[in-house]
Amino acid sequence: MPRIALFISQRLVKAVFVVLAIAVFNFFLVHAAPGDPAAVMAGEAGAADAQFVEQLRQQFGLDRPLYEQLGTYMSKVVQADLGYSYRQQRPVFDLLMDRLPVTLSLTLTAFVLALLGGVALGTLAAMRAGTWSDTAITVVGLTAYATPIFWIGLMLILLFSVNLGWLPAFGTETIGAGYTGWDAFLDKAKHLVLPVTTLGLFYMAVYTRLTRASILEVRDMDFVKTARAKGLPEWRIVSVHILRNAILPVITVAGFQAGHLIGGSILIETVFALPGIGRLAFEAVLQRDYQVLLGIFLLTSVVVVIFNLLTDLIYSLVDPRIEVAP
Amino acid sequence: MTETTLLDVRNLTIDLPRGADRPHAVEDLTFTLERGEILCVVGESGSGKSMTAHAVMGLLPKAVKVSSGGIRHQGTDVLSLPERDQRALRGGRIAMIFQEPMTALNPLMRVGDQIDEVLRYHTALDRAARRARVVELLASVGLPEPDHLRRSYPFRLSGGQRQRVMIAMALAVEPDVLIADEPTTALDVTTQKQILELIRDIQAKRHMGVMFITHDFGVVAEIAHRVAVMQKGRLVEIGAAEEVLNRPKHPYTRQLIAAVPHLIEHREDFTRDRQPVLTAQKVCKTFHIGGGFFTPGRKVVAGDDLSLTIHQGETVGLVGESGSGKSTLGRSIVGLIKPDSGKILFEGVDLLSLSRPAFRPYRRHVQMVFQDPYASLNPRHTVGDIITQGPVAFGEDRHRALDKAKELLTLVGLDASAAERFPHEFSGGQRQRISIARALALEPKLLIADEPVSALDVSVQAQVLDLLEDLRHRLNLSMLFITHDLRIAAQICDTIAVMQKGRIVEIGPAKEVFGNPQHGYTRTLLDAIPGKGWTVPEDVVPVTRRSAALRNSA
Repeated sequence: MPRIALFISQRLVKAVFVVLAIAVFNFFLVHAAPGDPAAVMAGEAGAADAQFVEQLRQQFGLDRPLYEQLGTYMSKVVQADLGYSYRQQRPVFDLLMDRLPVTLSLTLTAFVLALLGGVALGTLAAMRAGTWSDTAITVVGLTAYATPIFWIGLMLILLFSVNLGWLPAFGTETIGAGYTGWDAFLDKAKHLVLPVTTLGLFYMAVYTRLTRASILEVRDMDFVKTARAKGLPEWRIVSVHILRNAILPVITVAGFQAGHLIGGSILIETVFALPGIGRLAFEAVLQRDYQVLLGIFLLTSVVVVIFNLLTDLIYSLVDPRIEVAP
Repeated sequence: MTETTLLDVRNLTIDLPRGADRPHAVEDLTFTLERGEILCVVGESGSGKSMTAHAVMGLLPKAVKVSSGGIRHQGTDVLSLPERDQRALRGGRIAMIFQEPMTALNPLMRVGDQIDEVLRYHTALDRAARRARVVELLASVGLPEPDHLRRSYPFRLSGGQRQRVMIAMALAVEPDVLIADEPTTALDVTTQKQILELIRDIQAKRHMGVMFITHDFGVVAEIAHRVAVMQKGRLVEIGAAEEVLNRPKHPYTRQLIAAVPHLIEHREDFTRDRQPVLTAQKVCKTFHIGGGFFTPGRKVVAGDDLSLTIHQGETVGLVGESGSGKSTLGRSIVGLIKPDSGKILFEGVDLLSLSRPAFRPYRRHVQMVFQDPYASLNPRHTVGDIITQGPVAFGEDRHRALDKAKELLTLVGLDASAAERFPHEFSGGQRQRISIARALALEPKLLIADEPVSALDVSVQAQVLDLLEDLRHRLNLSMLFITHDLRIAAQICDTIAVMQKGRIVEIGPAKEVFGNPQHGYTRTLLDAIPGKGWTVPEDVVPVTRRSAALRNSA
């Protein structure tokens, strides 16, 4: 499809400029906050005099004028060099790549499961609106939505790890067990069960409610009556005629939430002691680790831009009335 | 019951849920549908005609139940069939088409696939055979390039084309009963004519039984073999079309027939020696749809060199099909749309040249009544608030405005106490009366009525038209009356302007335009009016005519 290819290539070109603009904006945003890494490091070292702070600033190039710092930063960014974290003594890019798999395996799994589960439960609830199964689904969904996410995490740990001892409570793998191959995968999967459930429950509640409301609206539309008048079986009416028409608002919200996949799991990573991007960001803020922060911001914005593009594409696939116009 | 009876409805009673305005949707209904006939079921909204059709199809809403009686299809009791067999019947032996072709098709599915679905679940045909059949069906309902059209989505098709697709879909497995629920109500007259011809054609060719639900006696006169008239869930009259149309027995049938607007209506010629109130000169408007920075969008010309004059006390009718630009002109005059060029002179002042604040005083002189009385009144405001908001905004004292609002409510035939109530407590016709009172509250010199009766039942329609006719005489109002229904235009307008594709193709006194149309398009429109061949029987004097006569003698 040349039209789609044209659309994607044009959007990608636009995306590059958007990301660069974001990079510049982020740079100023970070520098607008009071304090700099030199001051924090000096403070942590204790008994540091003004001369030492000045020396640190010189070492990191923080004494240069802002536009010069920006120039340096941007010229590195376009070469995919995100800088060097002096706090961690490692290149920022490597740091991110280290942490990314943990976060993505957590958030993506939770996201996909929540989406599938939410749409399924929402459909079920809507098609049985007013019955006890609808009420049950709605109540469970509301509870999951309203309860603080870290509290759910803690309670799950208490039940499944502390009392029942079925699942590990924290970390990404059993340290020192030396598993290989399939065992290693299983071990990692086990560690993910509780955090994924905690995060997924929340998202699932959102999708369930959304799907239910949307289906209730579509259910009474004329074309559904037409489908019934054609003598189609109920499952076909629900899946082909109702669900497909009801799914658009869910896609909108899902695309929006997918943009938060990188940064949205700080709480979960903290509760379950997972070394992901969320915690890296949190620490970087406390330590004024500019390079790491900027790196994370950039990564997040790239993810948002990509998911926006994906959402638009999926939209045009689901609804022929929405044309991909570059 | 004979061999040829397709549907046999016996003593059918359908219960409405508790709390509805009456206990039964349909009460003790008995009729048959024979092979090879078109039975028109006529009645106003809420008469139970659609409910009956839905009961036959097994499509009743969950809250509504058949409490007694039976429906037999060729001897088989439909109601007691298990769900599986009912599904086979539905879409297989009995097919249905609906009123709104715009919403009755799944917007996300290619039309060919939607027809294919029927074949898939009712026949054992394989893929290739089904595809061939879809193309054949689309061709049989007169759609161009069926093989290409098969792959289109509904939004690419016009209303008439969609209704053709619906008919093709209904015919897919050669049903013997076709139920058509107001299939032409949402269509333009010319399209309506084509669809009616198509249905009649197919019915004759395939020897089907058609149950045709409508509220329009013109349509009945056009296609019915037999007519059943329903009122409040009961069958009040049934018989051969010729009999019911020309010698109606039941008072309700007579009342319905009397309310039908008639084309050649005797009315006095309008004397044009009065002042022009509004003159539109060479108004042009083009809408640009879609497009972006680099890509040009589609252009739609809604107004091309439009000129017309409305005199003091004159009613000018703007008629044409949907998309002809009637509403664009109306909205331009009220200032809701800014035309690209041209002049709109109100008592000599060009409204288009005025700035927003300078235009404001003129707003009160030109008021509008909208089409949908359900959407045009704010549901959270009382009727009193709705009517007084305009005058209060123009500096009228609140109490005085409310007193006047009550006067206006009585003027439009409602009780003064209506001011304290909310719009949802009123019926469609009453709401339109409220809309008229709201427009009159500002004491306008010109009233723009945009399809003010097209959402109403015929009898209510007649009442609202009578009201407008009465008001214009009493208040010496000028009016621009926008409508797609030529029969209504003929009844209420002094001057008629016929619009087509953004142009006024013919303009002149109503009598001349209808009696001796000059433009081909006007003739096409007149020709498409359903039931031309039928004249309302003499003894059923139309209510509107009677009131006009009364006024003239007074």
